[in-house]
Amino acid sequence: MFRRLITLIKKELQLNLRDPQSRVLLFLPVLLQLTLFPFAATLEVKNATLAILNHDLGGSGRELVQRLAAARAFPHLLMVTSQAELTRVVDEQRALVALEVPADFSRKIADGRTADVLAVIDGRRSNSAQIAFGYAQSVILGYADERATQAGRPPTSAVIVRNFYNPNLEYQWFILPVLVAVITTLGSLIVTALSVAREREQGTLDQLLVSPLTPALIMVGKAVPAIMVAFVQATVIALAAVFIYRVPFQGSVFALYLSMLFYAMSLAGFGLFISALCETQQQAFLGVFSFMVPAVMLSGFVAPIENMPLVFRAIAWVDPLSHFIVILKGVFLKGYGLADVWPNLWPLLLDTIFTMSIGYWMFRRRIA
Amino acid sequence: MTSAIALRSLTHRFAAAGSAALDAVSAEIPLGGISGLVGPDGAGKTTLMRLMAGLLKPTAGSLSVVGLDPLSQGAELRTVLGYMPQKFGLYEDLTVEENLDLYADLRGVVGAERKRSFSELLAFTDLAAFTDRPAGKLSGGMKQKLGLACVLLGRPRVLLLDEPSVGVDPISRRELWRMVTALAADGMAVVWSTSYLDEAERCAFILLMNAGRVAYAGPPADLTGRLAGRSVQLTGIETNRRALLGRALDAPQVMDGVIQGSRIRLVLRAAGDAPDLAALAAGPAAALVAVAPRLEDAFIDILGGGPGGHSGLAAVMPPVSLPEASRGAVIRAEALTKKFGDFAATDNVTFSVPQGEIFGLLGPNGAGKSTTFKMLCGLLVPTSGTASVLGIDLGRDAARARQELGYMAQKFSLYGNLSVLQNLTFFSGVYGLEGRRQAGKIDEMIHAFALGPYLGTTPTDLSLGYKQRLALACALMHDPAVLFLDEPTSGVDPVTRREFWGHINGVVQKGVTVMVTTHFMDEAEYCDRIGLVYRGQMIAVGPPDALKATAATAEVPDPTMEEAFIALVEGHPPVAGRAAA
Repeated sequence: MFRRLITLIKKELQLNLRDPQSRVLLFLPVLLQLTLFPFAATLEVKNATLAILNHDLGGSGRELVQRLAAARAFPHLLMVTSQAELTRVVDEQRALVALEVPADFSRKIADGRTADVLAVIDGRRSNSAQIAFGYAQSVILGYADERATQAGRPPTSAVIVRNFYNPNLEYQWFILPVLVAVITTLGSLIVTALSVAREREQGTLDQLLVSPLTPALIMVGKAVPAIMVAFVQATVIALAAVFIYRVPFQGSVFALYLSMLFYAMSLAGFGLFISALCETQQQAFLGVFSFMVPAVMLSGFVAPIENMPLVFRAIAWVDPLSHFIVILKGVFLKGYGLADVWPNLWPLLLDTIFTMSIGYWMFRRRIA
Repeated sequence: MTSAIALRSLTHRFAAAGSAALDAVSAEIPLGGISGLVGPDGAGKTTLMRLMAGLLKPTAGSLSVVGLDPLSQGAELRTVLGYMPQKFGLYEDLTVEENLDLYADLRGVVGAERKRSFSELLAFTDLAAFTDRPAGKLSGGMKQKLGLACVLLGRPRVLLLDEPSVGVDPISRRELWRMVTALAADGMAVVWSTSYLDEAERCAFILLMNAGRVAYAGPPADLTGRLAGRSVQLTGIETNRRALLGRALDAPQVMDGVIQGSRIRLVLRAAGDAPDLAALAAGPAAALVAVAPRLEDAFIDILGGGPGGHSGLAAVMPPVSLPEASRGAVIRAEALTKKFGDFAATDNVTFSVPQGEIFGLLGPNGAGKSTTFKMLCGLLVPTSGTASVLGIDLGRDAARARQELGYMAQKFSLYGNLSVLQNLTFFSGVYGLEGRRQAGKIDEMIHAFALGPYLGTTPTDLSLGYKQRLALACALMHDPAVLFLDEPTSGVDPVTRREFWGHINGVVQKGVTVMVTTHFMDEAEYCDRIGLVYRGQMIAVGPPDALKATAATAEVPDPTMEEAFIALVEGHPPVAGRAAA
């Protein structure tokens, strides 16, 4: 039996590596995501434009503008001269945030009174605008505190921020470990779901089914190569994360690969379920995507799970990706060991048992 | 206008570097009557059809259809041309009537003209009773007739039919011919493409194609006329006719030969120069009788003769020894039934096949032969009844039974991306061969099928003949006692088919039991016994000669297998409660 399994696995790997189309399908996403994601999918606000309408002719207004101009977050400053122009630049998305400094700004500062600055935020780009506004606000508050101290008044209470696990809030530190999960997902689903459909189209599936191979063996023969492919893809991304993007890796390699094994298995089981259901590769491809999109949406990668309604939180708990993402961030950034990943590992184990069972059930029902 | 269609060194390549689907084809297809575009799969028939219909741009050369260029004068041509592709664009969810309406709208046939056309066409195609039925629920033959009706709405002067008889049962095929013959008699120019050579014989003119080139153009009778006196039948055989065929094919006087029921049909290299029957050990009662040459004989003659009688495969296959108990019924079906919903695809079928027999399941597509076949090799689980191989119930111990059976499907189920050697290694590994035994077996197969030069090639790049060899090699690596063949030679050129049956004859003599499905009436003649499957039931079982004898009448004393089939189906009472599928 073992020899026959080796034969099956060898064939599967040969098939995937010899066919230019499947080579592209397996390795192009790795390459693309590795080069595009860390730069394209960033939440940091870097090249934002700030528009300023300064009615104040005094020194304080000018100084505030200069400080804002010096902030790293706003390389472009757009000085406007009227209320109408201010509205227009936000309307035309030429500025993300616009500030209006009133005419009495300097006078109020000098008098030690509270000075107001009006901020206009482009709500259509709420997330980045909020972040940009945060930068602007900190500059304004910093200036206000400084003036207060100079005037001999105590500054408003200061919040000292320290970012744990990612001290400089490098967005790439967050995205690269998650990429490991996304790529593993794609790899193990595509290899399992598409390959059975392809064999069905070619007629080789019948050829396997009339052989003494049992359905279970055929299934394992599909799952193992998928897991192997996923491991290779994940390793490429993890190495690139550590050595190219300099993401720290502080946890246990063993914990990482053990979790990856269960994660890949749970997906392979689901892939086999899809494959047993589909007649053609096209259907299988659609099946993979109709699983992947919600799985990613609910994983906590796009939006925090804590903010979701209860029902979705429950679904997210079942989603293997949500657990694997926690594990990945843990082993990369928080120094997780085996004991630390356990709370997220056992749900993965349950997922594996479940998907493999329905995969096998569907395989028996539809194929053998 | 002298010719309906003129082809001038017409060449078409689908990929710039690839081989030509059509290679400098020059021919004139005359106007009037049915012209056959004849050849095996991959000969270039569909490509030529599509070029004629203006759906493809030729790589080189030119053509004209009734004096019009299909590309530059496409609009004009479409008013006189009707084209029915292999899978005609019927809307399966629309009824017969709605499909006709749609095509009438597209053709601009309206008002009284439409009414008249519809009633004419419905009467002509015999579909008047089915106007409310969705097209998807029609049988293969009825679909083709509806497709034809839709094409005829435009009153074309030239009708292109691409393999209209594929997947159609013999009765519908006969009707289709009757209809098209009537159209041709009215002056319509019909081009009918087919891979069936018996169909081609009925055409007024044929363009016989092979591998993208014209092998012959002209009336079929002129081609068969060349073989006058060379086709003979060997009758009165008392010895093993498969072994005798092998010896006969090795005789220098014989160009080609096939088994025909209890007789053997031979084509001689020269008229009157027959082999010595005594030297062939044909037996005392054996005699040669002259028969009319067939188009197939002529095609083989053009292709350079049959493959000879020696099977390299038989030389390396070990003889099959079975326990006494299972020899009588190596394959057994008992009250085998398979239902899909309330439709019984196979309905209470019982038969058994003894060792060393070739048993054929013959029937049109959709009759249920495939379902029956799949239950016997373990690909489908029967709803009720049992299927067993070598006495092993496939429902109980499938894995053990499967180790004993070999399987080869119509489309040569090989891994198109793996090399020939990788395919051989994989399939032998699946059956548990390993180490030196595996290497030895692979080596044997490479020699038996002369695969040596192609070990690194992928099956996709192999010729059809080599694909077939490789598929057979893969199916036989584990020396199975039973061989299942599903439509093994449909669409294959006759020489490749001869070679295939040569190997099968060889392994049968080693004691292998063979079960084969076919819708190809001629192929049924290779079998020892045939089960005729029609509408899920086995309506007759017996040796080909016996089945033909039951259909013999005063007018048709020696019916063909197809005539026998039609007679048996028509004599079979329709089953109550079953929809006319």
